[in-house]
Amino acid sequence: MIHSLFIINGAGDVFMEKHWKTVVGKSICDYFFEAQSKCANSEDVPPVIATPHHYLVNIFRNNLYFVAVLTNEVAPLFVIEFLHRIMDVFEYYFGECTETSLKDNYVVVYELLDEMLDSGLPLATETNILEELIKRPNIILKMTKLITGDDTNVAISGEGAKNLSRGMESGITWRTGRIVHRSTNEILIDIIETLDAIIDQRGTIISAEVNGVIDCCIKLSGNPDLTLSFVNPRLLDDVSFHPCVRLKKWESERVLSFIPPDGNFRLISYHIGSQNAISIPIYVKHNIQFREGSSGRFELTVGPKQTMGKTLEAVVIECSMPKSVLNCTLTPTQGKCTFDPVKKILVWDIGKIESKTQAAARLPSLRGNIVLSTGQPLPESNPVLNVRFTLNQIAISGIRVQRVDMHGEKYKPFKGVKYITTVKNGRFQIQTKQNFSIPD
Amino acid sequence: MSSAERSLSMSSSMSMQGASGFSSGASGGGANPADENAEPASTLSIFALDYKKHEDIKHMLDSNKDNLKLEAMRRVIGMIAKGKDAADLFPAVVKNVVSKNMEIKKLVYVYLMRYAEEQQDLALLSIATFQRALKDPNQLIRASALRVLSSIRVPSIVTIMMLAIREAVHDMSPYVRKTAANAIAKLYALDPELKEELIAVIAKLLADKTILVNGSAVQAFEQVCPERIDLIHKNYRRLCNLLVDIDEWSQVTVLNMLTRYARTQFVDPNKTVEGDKNNFYGDENNSKEKSENDGEDSLEKRTYVMDSDHRLLLRCTKPLLQSRNSAVVMAVAQLYHYVAPRSEIHVIANALIRLLRHHREIQTIVLKCIASMAEKNKDIFGPFLKAFYVRSSDSSHVKRYKLEILTTLACATNISTVLRELQTYVLSPDKEFAAQTIHAIGRCASTIPEVTEACLNGLVGYMSKKDETIVAESVVVVKKLLQINPVQYGDIIKHIVRKVDKITVPAARASILWLIGEYSERISKLAPDVLRKMAKTFPDEEAIVKHQILNLAAKLYVMNAKQTHLLVQYVFNLAKYDTNYDTRDKARLLRALLFQADKCPALSKHAKKILLASKPAPLLESIVRNHDQYTLGTLSYVIGQAVPGYTDLPDYPLEPSDSSIRNVEVIRPSLSQDESPRKPSSGGKKKSTTSEKFYSDEEENDENEGTSTEGPDDEEEEDEDGDEDEDDENEEEEENEDDEDEDDEKPTKNIHQTNEYEQLDARSPTIIENQPESHESTEGEDTESDDEVTSASEDTTDDDADEKTIEKHTLSFNKSPSNIAISGFSMATITEKSIAEDDLEAFLGITTTSTGAQQSTTKASVRDDLQNLESLSTPSTLTYIRQYECLNRMTGQGLQIQYRFPRTPFQRATNMVHIELTFTNTTPNNDIRSIKFIKSKSGVNIQGFNDIDQLPGGASIITSIGIDFNDTTQSASFDISIDGRQLATSVSIPCHVGELFQPKFLNEKDFNQNLGSLRGMHEITGTLNVNETQISKFNFTTIQTKVVQCANVSSVPSSSGDSTIYRFSGQTVSSKALVLIAIQLNISQSTINLTLNSDRIILATMLLKEIQQAISTIS
Repeated sequence: MIHSLFIINGAGDVFMEKHWKTVVGKSICDYFFEAQSKCANSEDVPPVIATPHHYLVNIFRNNLYFVAVLTNEVAPLFVIEFLHRIMDVFEYYFGECTETSLKDNYVVVYELLDEMLDSGLPLATETNILEELIKRPNIILKMTKLITGDDTNVAISGEGAKNLSRGMESGITWRTGRIVHRSTNEILIDIIETLDAIIDQRGTIISAEVNGVIDCCIKLSGNPDLTLSFVNPRLLDDVSFHPCVRLKKWESERVLSFIPPDGNFRLISYHIGSQNAISIPIYVKHNIQFREGSSGRFELTVGPKQTMGKTLEAVVIECSMPKSVLNCTLTPTQGKCTFDPVKKILVWDIGKIESKTQAAARLPSLRGNIVLSTGQPLPESNPVLNVRFTLNQIAISGIRVQRVDMHGEKYKPFKGVKYITTVKNGRFQIQTKQNFSIPD
Repeated sequence: MSSAERSLSMSSSMSMQGASGFSSGASGGGANPADENAEPASTLSIFALDYKKHEDIKHMLDSNKDNLKLEAMRRVIGMIAKGKDAADLFPAVVKNVVSKNMEIKKLVYVYLMRYAEEQQDLALLSIATFQRALKDPNQLIRASALRVLSSIRVPSIVTIMMLAIREAVHDMSPYVRKTAANAIAKLYALDPELKEELIAVIAKLLADKTILVNGSAVQAFEQVCPERIDLIHKNYRRLCNLLVDIDEWSQVTVLNMLTRYARTQFVDPNKTVEGDKNNFYGDENNSKEKSENDGEDSLEKRTYVMDSDHRLLLRCTKPLLQSRNSAVVMAVAQLYHYVAPRSEIHVIANALIRLLRHHREIQTIVLKCIASMAEKNKDIFGPFLKAFYVRSSDSSHVKRYKLEILTTLACATNISTVLRELQTYVLSPDKEFAAQTIHAIGRCASTIPEVTEACLNGLVGYMSKKDETIVAESVVVVKKLLQINPVQYGDIIKHIVRKVDKITVPAARASILWLIGEYSERISKLAPDVLRKMAKTFPDEEAIVKHQILNLAAKLYVMNAKQTHLLVQYVFNLAKYDTNYDTRDKARLLRALLFQADKCPALSKHAKKILLASKPAPLLESIVRNHDQYTLGTLSYVIGQAVPGYTDLPDYPLEPSDSSIRNVEVIRPSLSQDESPRKPSSGGKKKSTTSEKFYSDEEENDENEGTSTEGPDDEEEEDEDGDEDEDDENEEEEENEDDEDEDDEKPTKNIHQTNEYEQLDARSPTIIENQPESHESTEGEDTESDDEVTSASEDTTDDDADEKTIEKHTLSFNKSPSNIAISGFSMATITEKSIAEDDLEAFLGITTTSTGAQQSTTKASVRDDLQNLESLSTPSTLTYIRQYECLNRMTGQGLQIQYRFPRTPFQRATNMVHIELTFTNTTPNNDIRSIKFIKSKSGVNIQGFNDIDQLPGGASIITSIGIDFNDTTQSASFDISIDGRQLATSVSIPCHVGELFQPKFLNEKDFNQNLGSLRGMHEITGTLNVNETQISKFNFTTIQTKVVQCANVSSVPSSSGDSTIYRFSGQTVSSKALVLIAIQLNISQSTINLTLNSDRIILATMLLKEIQQAISTIS
């Protein structure tokens, strides 16, 4: 299975290594660096690299490379998924997974890696379980360390072990035995959807899909059993579940029934494809022209569309210009506009767009001229606009939670549901002009 | 500052001298201020810092304050994490393994796992702690002790590990059992010899009631014995049903294993005509319906009906497509791809598409798999075309595979959308991607005739673009397309020809020139003109273009010699003086072909045919085409080469395996033990137990089928099944025996030497010890393998006790036709039994021998002898093992090497003699570094030892080597190097004749049989005169001891009771040639006759001398 792990920073330094079997020399990373040097972009490094005796599987995330060394046949997805899981755990433990945070907490990192893999085989990967074994470094822990002088992060003996054993025996590996929340018992559910769309030059929607997740923060004492039902579960036909969800119940009744892990976790993630009509809450009018004589016109207008009275927030339009663009002189009616002449990226940070501003005159717009470098041919392709925004209190797919019930415990917890719609960077693209006619 | 440094170095040097002499408190106290002072000094010099840091870490580790120790351990871990060497701290760290502080302990564990392998001797110090921790009441501590114990990779503790695992398998806590399952693979990696024993443990864990354990057990199964698919049968249904509850990582392994299982046990669902569709979708079919189906299956084989277990697998794995873990989803997809009927594969598409929204690395691999699947099953991904549209933010691999899939999925109905999408990609700023897109358009054009023309036009359009790469790629692709179908596109060729002036990319120019040459008859006016232009620019062209100019010239000359003669000559003359020799060669070749008809008339005659032969059209192929020879989703598949540990999925068998082997039966305890004796007739009793055991499956089936079919055919089937079952059980029984052997903790080699006891030791525990186990197993609901074992062993007991009963059964059962199978079974048991009887006789024979020889003496001496025998059966091999020196410490510069023959088979190669080397560092405190094995030039084949990185003063390390003496007495020599320098004298291991053999167990019959074929020149004899006092000392024990001392052979149990002849047998290690030794006492003449038979007669002679000498020392 996984033989060794090397953690490499953006600058190409191997700053941490861990071996689960016989030590593999750091020089193995040279093969990785070689593959990396062939790629223009750090995202383009092939995830699996073969060397004469070893196989390197790497992931790139947070500007860090995690490189796992294998010697035998293992499903590469298994390793990749596991490396990402390691990173998730680090993020959970240290708040972020960066070179500094890992270096600062190298002992915890090592202890975690040791618990997560047993000579290359995954052992405990649930954060809840790990937290029973190794304390999470936080301010309070640091304070108590200072005051009491108790300086350990390992919690193997005592209460933790008993709790853990119960979880292990029941087969519910994600929840430990006796959990008590004295102050509040709460169920907080975040439904977060990200829009994923491409609009072509003529304004037709080529694809519009929604990727959603339901993240929960559940702090309940004892051993609660929850059911969560939706107003319109029909929408969810492409779902992946946390292991705690009872699959059979979902198959038969379309109800999520589960014994939750304690704390934060992702209950389900789902995908709503283009077969369901998804209305895009924003539109962009554009007029971009490059003319002979080293100049061009650039015009954008942005407006809300079918937002159901909610405000579009944090609207940003990003546009990577062709290489021959030297500079832009653009003036926005709202927000800020910057152009990076090196990377040729234009960023227009608009901010809020109220849905009430119906009059076209008051819609935010951006106008100005483009300076092209002389002597170079006119760019053949027109730039693609990447749009980002956030829409609170609404899930764009229309999914709504009907009710959340708790069984098995007597007290009344606080329940809350939150809906957010966002766009991830680069996932909402608007192509600007038709350049090519179909031959027929 | 400098004074601080001085004080520090003083304190460190003091502690160096003091080593253990200092009380820990004092040194700890001394270290504290030094430690504080060291901090500011740290900026001064890195080297000094490093050295001192280690010193003060040592101080801190030696202190008695947990805080300091913890801090020190953290620093040590920091060093390990950065990849710095912390090996010299080993002694200081390992002491703390006993610490009460959990974190210190954990960190020491981490350290041990990293360094124990390098410092095995010191690591042994910690073993006792682990052994104690294995008994701790806290299950987590037990588990972690087992985990560390199995992770430190010190070969000398293999037996301890084996014991620990075996104990942990019976642990109350499933978590510990799970850890034990994980440890199995580690132990196997350390010592593959233990395979059989480990398999027995795995079998037990597979049947464990906790699913948590099963997952890890399957993982161990996959690593240790993936070929033992028979272990899965009984657990198959439970694994399927509980699959969703296993932890996600084990799910992947279990799924892979089940895929393989299905491929070996079920028939190909796509091969036969798919009959009743309803059957495929009747998911809730219960077993009763299924067995009906089975019945149909046997009646009419033409319609394919899926095995109920096959269906179960598909049904149980489907929900896992919704796992959040991409590896699990992929494993299910893989399972469906290889095992499901084609009509059902579509369910995986949606799940795989979902994975495309995961991380980039996952996307890359999933897309690659989809590309391969899409080639086989276009339609399942057809509806998801849009998911493969490329985004500008995709990584280059993702783009490439998406493009690939789009091209594969393109068909007449969706081609217009695909093409429109492809056209936008051509404009992408990523030029490489744009070029790939043009290639993809070419592929669409070649596969879908409807759009060929449109695509060609589009591609020709690209030729007028400004971008060089796009133009060049278009030309190349158009050239290929034209080659496929040149007839219709004269116009396009003309258009391209006009481009030749503008296009500068060499590959494109070359392509155009080739086109002109190939189709010059269509453009007979243009072509010579192009050649004229080319002739002008010839010297400035790239080589690839020059070649095509030459080709063009030659072809034009063949077609139209009159007009082009001078021009061609001119071009050829230019080429003659070209700097590139390829160009010159090509010119010379073509010149000979065209102008020098006298020199090679045969070729010149056919010049036209040669030059204008019709060329095969190129195939526009997918980039993943050759990768799918490997199983989808495996590492081998992704990198396109076989990785160690990869095995191909087997093909479906032609006949499915009998589904009853997967039946899980529950035997109630009362049936086999209490109820049966109450039966009135012994025959009846026997019937009930045996049929219960072997045929309950059939009985179930019968019940299911109703009582309808009891034809003779069915019975025959039953008969076969019965035999199979029985075989299985025999196997299991044997395993069990092995297991019991181990439990007795007797090294196997010992058993070999005193063969006559093997039967006793092996047999009786099976019989006796299984009784309590049967009680245990009856508690379990589905520990079927245990049940099998118990019942089988019970049968043996029965058989031994009462042979007559069986015979009766045979008679009575033969009467009723429905019981043929049972009679077959009892026959088998009889033969088996007779073997057991033989063994028993052999054993008895030996006892009589030993006592028979002593009949004249007193009873007391008989007792002595018996005690002697007993002492032989206890581990006494050590007494035969002498240690010799092969490198003394003077020549070895302080390193001493001793060797001995442990007389166990060499693991890495069975034809080698196993030799244990003991390296001892005789110097008091100098470390010897990097001891390496160097193969000598002599012809002897030696398997060297692993490099020894460091050997501290006074320490010693045991390693083993194997030597193939090739059945000669030539001594073997090899060189070693210390710290990079080769020793002047090479190490030589002389051959000890007796060690060239290994025991080969034969019974007397076999012995005599083999003796018959080794007469004549293969026989040598020797006589030894002894006096009477000596001869009275001769008995089995004394002779055996001496012979075994001389040679690694085993004695042959005597069945004749003759007390004057002793036989031994063995075989040579290299060539497995038999050697037979017979020693006959001739009391009347006071002589001993020795006879050796072997076709390695030289060895035999030497061995004879040795034995003679040894026996003469008996007094």
